[in-house]
Amino acid sequence: MRLAPFRILLGLFCLLVAVWLVMPTLVIIPMSFNEKKSLAFPPSGFSWQWYENFFTNPDWLSSFFNSLRVAGLVAVAATLIGTLAALGLSRMKHSGAGLLRAILITPMIVPGVVLAIGIYAVYLDYQLVGTTTGFVIAHTMLAIPFVIIAVSASLEVFDVRLETAAASLGADRFTAFRTVTLPLIAPGILSGLLFAFVTSFDEIIVALFITSPYLKTLPVQIFTSITRDADPTVTAVGTIIFIATTLIISAGLIISSKSTRS
Amino acid sequence: MTARERGAAIDIKAATKRYGNFTALDDVTLHIEPGEFMTLLGPSGSGKTTTLNVVAGFTDLTSGDLAVGGKSIVALPAHKRNIGVVFQHYALFPHMTVGKNVAYPLTLRGMDKQARDRLVVRALDMVKMADFAHRYPSELSGGQQQRVALARAIVFDPPLLLMDEPLGALDKKLREWLQLEIKRIHRELGTTFVYVTHDQEEALVLSDRIAVFNQGRIEQVGTGRQLYDEPTTLFVAKFIGESTSLRGEAQTSGNETSLTIAGQKIVANGKLAGGRKPVVLLRPEKLSLAGTNTPPAAGQNSLTGEVSEAIYLGSGSKYQVTLRDGSVAIVRSSLEATPFSIGDTVDLRWSVVDAKLLADDDRADMTMT
Repeated sequence: MRLAPFRILLGLFCLLVAVWLVMPTLVIIPMSFNEKKSLAFPPSGFSWQWYENFFTNPDWLSSFFNSLRVAGLVAVAATLIGTLAALGLSRMKHSGAGLLRAILITPMIVPGVVLAIGIYAVYLDYQLVGTTTGFVIAHTMLAIPFVIIAVSASLEVFDVRLETAAASLGADRFTAFRTVTLPLIAPGILSGLLFAFVTSFDEIIVALFITSPYLKTLPVQIFTSITRDADPTVTAVGTIIFIATTLIISAGLIISSKSTRS
Repeated sequence: MTARERGAAIDIKAATKRYGNFTALDDVTLHIEPGEFMTLLGPSGSGKTTTLNVVAGFTDLTSGDLAVGGKSIVALPAHKRNIGVVFQHYALFPHMTVGKNVAYPLTLRGMDKQARDRLVVRALDMVKMADFAHRYPSELSGGQQQRVALARAIVFDPPLLLMDEPLGALDKKLREWLQLEIKRIHRELGTTFVYVTHDQEEALVLSDRIAVFNQGRIEQVGTGRQLYDEPTTLFVAKFIGESTSLRGEAQTSGNETSLTIAGQKIVANGKLAGGRKPVVLLRPEKLSLAGTNTPPAAGQNSLTGEVSEAIYLGSGSKYQVTLRDGSVAIVRSSLEATPFSIGDTVDLRWSVVDAKLLADDDRADMTMT
């Protein structure tokens, strides 16, 4: 028990860090039930009006559905490309594999603004600004690294010799992949898919550059709304997104931890 | 149709495999009879596993031919060869139950569920794992997993079964029991078995014939008895069983070679062609020890040495005798023989006819494990 005071201090410190990390996010939850049209904290009174506004105001709803559509397409495209890339990389014996992997991961490391400027410049020329295609291409690029990382992690624990065994039992390469490899790396693919979806769904920097009045994603709508008229609807939206992404990411983490368990 | 007829003959003809400058297989030719249990024996890197991978279709030949049942399969990919393979690392599919694993090759062959279930049960029965059909591989011990892997490799009734050190990861007791199981399954199936191991005892227990590999070549093919009694190379002699090799200044006269070892002369029948340096090879049970005061019998060789180790084995004794030239002889004597102790000066005796004259080969010692 000699350690008790130290332990209490340690506990308090950890709590402080936890509060520091989580508080800014949690603050929006009480604010979203504010009675007044203000972003003041602490809020006063209780009402559902900002949630109501979100679900009835066409600006908010259309941006929400834009985000869903873009993120859905991005999730599929990035998962497909990222999975194939991870498979290829895992089988490359060439020393270039490391370099190739680094290149494929760069969109995750390069500052968003730099990417955004580059993408914007090119999109202006090709008239992709404000189009779903433009959003999907840009966000897919940003999401591919997440898929590659998730799928590579499950390929790391996948025993390639199982494919040899499948071949000896009569499976051609595609059948062996479908019946042995795919089911065993499926958790990695699924978690990659979820990460890709979320990456696109809450992406703001590139989106701000390539948005147009005709195609706004939800983060763009939040940003313009809060800079223009301090509409508390953003807190309701924030709460919804926060809860949804927490659920999706937890699911992803649970699935990927299951797949790497052994 | 008797069980014996169900296996296929294998013909490996002048098989060569090169990786860059390294020759993994060097002009290997081997005929395996239908239904035979053939073991490929050798140290690691000797080409035995490469040979197995070539037959399975996992490795392409640089040159040469390979036929199963008289038909060349060199151009066939692994999945079209219809050959069962058992791997050292089991290679069971972890996301499938034991039953699903064993049914896998049957499902690929489009067999209906009823027929499939029947064959799966039969194969699992054969390896005594029928009660485990609903378990997952991770819930089984290594020995159990390997039995399931064996069931999966025989369930589609291949004419040839390849086994790559299947017992290598198991402990000695389990290994010995599974060796007998594999022998029984081979008898019951009548399939041709090709078994890879570096364990000479395992090879002797299991095989009809053994092919001894060394540095990408086959040194000798024969039954265990032939390899032990009539080795054609020093490598084979040293790889199979225990032995003593004697070297000395050689002289030939007629069909007889004599060696002078530390001043004492011994003789062996035969002579080597091409003036190669001879080695006299002796098996431990052909040697006997005698006091230096008793004269050798007619037709016996005698060399003086000192007992450097004496081990009582229950069924007899084992001695190490250090000869005057520094070489060490291993002697196995029966219970009735006069016992000797460490430090005794003794005569090592053997009949001239029991010695084997072989060409010296410095590779033979290098690769001993």
